[in-house]
Amino acid sequence: MSDMNTPISKVRGLGSAKDGTSNWITHRMTALANIPLTIFFVVSFVGNVGKGHAEWVAWIKQPLVSVLLILFIANFTHHMRSGLQEVIEDYVHDHGMKFTATLVNKFVCIIIAAISIFSILRISFGG
Amino acid sequence: MAQAKRPLSPHLQVYRWGAHMAVSIMHRATGSALAFGSILLAWWLVAIATGHDYFNTVQSFAGSMIGRLVLFGITFALMQHLASGIRHLFTDAGKLYDLKSNTASAKAVFAFSIIMTIVVWVAAYKVMGVL
Repeated sequence: MSDMNTPISKVRGLGSAKDGTSNWITHRMTALANIPLTIFFVVSFVGNVGKGHAEWVAWIKQPLVSVLLILFIANFTHHMRSGLQEVIEDYVHDHGMKFTATLVNKFVCIIIAAISIFSILRISFGG
Repeated sequence: MAQAKRPLSPHLQVYRWGAHMAVSIMHRATGSALAFGSILLAWWLVAIATGHDYFNTVQSFAGSMIGRLVLFGITFALMQHLASGIRHLFTDAGKLYDLKSNTASAKAVFAFSIIMTIVVWVAAYKVMGVL
């Protein structure tokens, strides 16, 4: 019976996936959180620029700095994933390519986050 | 499914350039540039975590002419994306849609990003004691 339906009526019958809005809102929420976190990062980076390894380690080891850096990384990589996803959706129209690009985008963003956060923790907890 | 070549709606090439158009295109371009910058940030954090010697290697690359050029570009990209991102939040809230404030805010974004890029670099050189 369902085979008699047109594709559009099938889609309407199922309803939308209902997560388009959530993705849009997430992108704005991470954008908002990025404002203070970016200011923190730029100000403290410039304040320490040119310093040696030991000074950078000492700076990152401060609990507040570690936490803020982790929040910064987690938040901007999330924002980065949804932003690049939007670019992919606008320019990649082939289904297979779009699927691959979406997957690679998500994996790479998460890998960047994992490597960065692991490094911060290693510095923070290291001897 | 094979698709017939259908006519496309007019794109970039048919419009006269304006600040509002430039700021929108730049937002996307700088966002993508910052994604590349995030790899450099991860590399830098890895370098600190790895140790003194490797950190110095990365530091000397960052301090090289090419390194500085890349970092300068990333600074501008960050400032532009920050400012035009805030402008986007206003348009999301339904503001800045009349032509005058739309163009004015787009110009303000460029002014902010250029000035802040210079401010950040002057501050950085001052911290390093070069200036």
